[in-house]
Amino acid sequence: MSARVLVGVKRVIDYAVKIRVKPDRTGVVTDGVKHSMNPFCEIAVEEAVKLKEKKLVKEVVAVSCGPQQVQETIRTALAMGADRGIHVEVSGKDYETLGPLQVSKILAALAKKEQADLIILGKQAIDDDCNQTGQMTAALLDWPQRSPEDGTFASEVNIEADKLKVVREIDGGLETIKINLPAVVTADLRLNTPRYATLPNIMKAKKKKIANVKPADLGVDVSSRLEVLKVDEPPQRQAGVKVETVHDLVGKLKEAGRI
Amino acid sequence: MTVPHCYHKHRITLIHMTRRCIRALKAVRAEHVAPQVYSTRWSSSTVPRITTHYTVYPRDKDPRWEGMEMERFADEADVVIVGGGPAGLSAAIRLKQLANQHEKELRVCVVEKASQIGAHTLSGACLEPTALNELIPDWKERGAPLNTPVTEDKFAILTEKYRIPVPILPGLPMNNHGNYLVRLGHFVRWLGEQAEELGVELYPGYAAAEVLFHEDGSVKGIATNDVGIGKDGSPKDVFERGMELHAKVTLFGEGCHGHLAKQLYKQFNLRENCEPQTYAIGLKELWVIDEKKWRPGRTEHSVGWPLNRNTYGGSFLYHLNEGEPLVALGFVVGLDYTNPYLSPFREFQRWKHHPSIMSTLEGGNRIAYGARALNEGGFQSIPKLTFPGGMLIGCSPGFMNVPKIKGTHTAMKSGMLAAETAFSKITDENLQSETAGLYIPEYKEALEKSWIWKELYAVRNIRPSFHNYFGLYGGMLYTGIFYWFLRGKEPWTLKHNGLDSAQLKPAKDCAPIEYPKPDGKISFDLLSSVALSGTNHEHDQPPHLTLKDDSVPVAQNLAIYDGPEQRFCPAGVYEYVPLETGDGMRLQINAQNCVHCKTCDIKDPSQNINWVVPEGSGGPAYNGM
Repeated sequence: MSARVLVGVKRVIDYAVKIRVKPDRTGVVTDGVKHSMNPFCEIAVEEAVKLKEKKLVKEVVAVSCGPQQVQETIRTALAMGADRGIHVEVSGKDYETLGPLQVSKILAALAKKEQADLIILGKQAIDDDCNQTGQMTAALLDWPQRSPEDGTFASEVNIEADKLKVVREIDGGLETIKINLPAVVTADLRLNTPRYATLPNIMKAKKKKIANVKPADLGVDVSSRLEVLKVDEPPQRQAGVKVETVHDLVGKLKEAGRI
Repeated sequence: MTVPHCYHKHRITLIHMTRRCIRALKAVRAEHVAPQVYSTRWSSSTVPRITTHYTVYPRDKDPRWEGMEMERFADEADVVIVGGGPAGLSAAIRLKQLANQHEKELRVCVVEKASQIGAHTLSGACLEPTALNELIPDWKERGAPLNTPVTEDKFAILTEKYRIPVPILPGLPMNNHGNYLVRLGHFVRWLGEQAEELGVELYPGYAAAEVLFHEDGSVKGIATNDVGIGKDGSPKDVFERGMELHAKVTLFGEGCHGHLAKQLYKQFNLRENCEPQTYAIGLKELWVIDEKKWRPGRTEHSVGWPLNRNTYGGSFLYHLNEGEPLVALGFVVGLDYTNPYLSPFREFQRWKHHPSIMSTLEGGNRIAYGARALNEGGFQSIPKLTFPGGMLIGCSPGFMNVPKIKGTHTAMKSGMLAAETAFSKITDENLQSETAGLYIPEYKEALEKSWIWKELYAVRNIRPSFHNYFGLYGGMLYTGIFYWFLRGKEPWTLKHNGLDSAQLKPAKDCAPIEYPKPDGKISFDLLSSVALSGTNHEHDQPPHLTLKDDSVPVAQNLAIYDGPEQRFCPAGVYEYVPLETGDGMRLQINAQNCVHCKTCDIKDPSQNINWVVPEGSGGPAYNGM
């Protein structure tokens, strides 16, 4: 199989860190905060590497868009088994406003340039929860898009004779679907368990190539059509009230004007 | 009268045998105390299994591990440094500076358990720039984050309602003229960048889990942690062995009470001629305060309330100048406290309600929390520092100047001296080493000639002077007389009180302390504080807070001391919960909350808890703490 897979990885604030809104309310504090690879992207990388181990694809290319620091995220993907990386340099104001539309344009352009047969992405990122990039990329390329998860448990992803075969669990049993390649696949949480990026692999990953590309080189305009007006903390959760009897409950509901 | 030579030999053997017998007797006696004291509480016939770690239950005897591939990938470096803190990074930078200067190739690898350099660093901190000036003289041009020179220095004794200022005369150890208030995590991150620029290989996210030895007993290097072991101790699908890093010499800079250092003390008998280390726990928060109350460069320290005069401790409050009105504040409690009902976390929260502190914090917002143990033993507790194949640097052996509450400058200098002596040995072409791992006693000699030694010697008696009836006041009097006048030149050296873990009195002899409830604005509860530390661990791994004996917590800690670990852990790891069967309690270990402070390993009265390193990248996610 001579298929080439493009995997998108995003560097996000680690899921266990408490988010703090910047004092000027234009965004959240990111300087010095612990970042890691988006968990959905880890699963995407794992799936791509599994396909390579099954000898169904020839090369896995990891892509990330952002400033210098995203190279760490690409290295992690390389340590997990990707063959080479592409760093699309976006920094400063452009990075703050980078969203699914621009990223999908970049991925579409790269897919054509690298002649990729399959794009595997995480279903969504844990910072913006958009769940849009996969679908938009497919639309721009006019490729089919599938989430092997789609809310249910997917057992495997395979490539058979130029088609992508996905087996997934549904309410009634197992469903097997075939979609034409090239295609976009988005990975959800239970697709696989990502492997660890172990130290020997991190050391080897230092020797793998990461190419630097600018969005302009791909003919992509990263200016945003959206403007963030302000960012606020969610409202503090009000404490609940415990009542002893149904009578009290009815009384409280009446007080609150609900009945 | 001359004694024949053979008599000497036998007499020494007799002493050794007697010592061993006494130790064995003590161990047996300790085991027998348990059943009598607690039989009413301990009713279940089997203790629920808590510990599953392979350091307690070896894998070669475990049937679930039969046939697993245990071979490790190995790599060679010239120097391996365990710990990417001020000491480790200073050593790495110094090594590369020397290598470049002498045009020699040198491979230096640093392994660090935090996910990024600086994420496990926590300190006040007021930095004395002496070591930095020696290491990187042009630190200002290079953008070192020393943004807040100390402008005001205040010291006070607190009572419940009042604040009694104490003048800081020049010459007293807590005089801070010329020092900088820093966010040490950011400073360490900057040191990491300097190290990388020089070609040091930094590997954050990989913990050194095991020391490796050559056949001749010298240190060969370290092995990083295995990954993919389940909570019950069995291998998962993603199991992979850690990696071995071999080196000519390994520097251990794990910080206060390192877990590998603990093993090395036993292995090489490094503590036979020094006093046991004594410790304190430091808890810290970062607050964004009302701009009107912000005084960048102001350094405040206090002693007294809410601690009684016999419990060592005090507070710090530093106004940082880093853009927004940020203050770093915290509380330190000596771990030789005697009352098992004392909770350092709650003392800290209570202290913030003092009128003089509340006036600064009112209207502000807490943005970070963390805790870490620190050394208080000073000069008397410095162990042997070198052994074949390795050296101890930084707060691990412990070079903190306790009355100054500064250990960063001495940690950095020790790292630099270790680097210089190691470099000479490694590049010495005529070297005939007796052991495969290099033995470098020159490090100790260099330390003894340096300003670290003079500084620590001068303040050696201040901390032990607190062990008197008047406690805090006796200590301050001693400092005033002997340090201020004599600069520590008095000919005697006071002793510490022994191990911190042995200081707790039984619960029945002590009064429970009534702590006020947190108000949610100035003081907070434990769990919301732990959430702010950003700490997390892969939940499906064996708890890294291992117990040598799972039955001891309920049998001894709970029965005699009312479970002090529920109170001294600043992260809520230890909880005594009722058994599902109804009668009796069991210990629940919430390993995911751990902030790697090491207090439990230090203060556990049964010394049953052995902290080992969890999977790399787990632990707190401090940002500039």
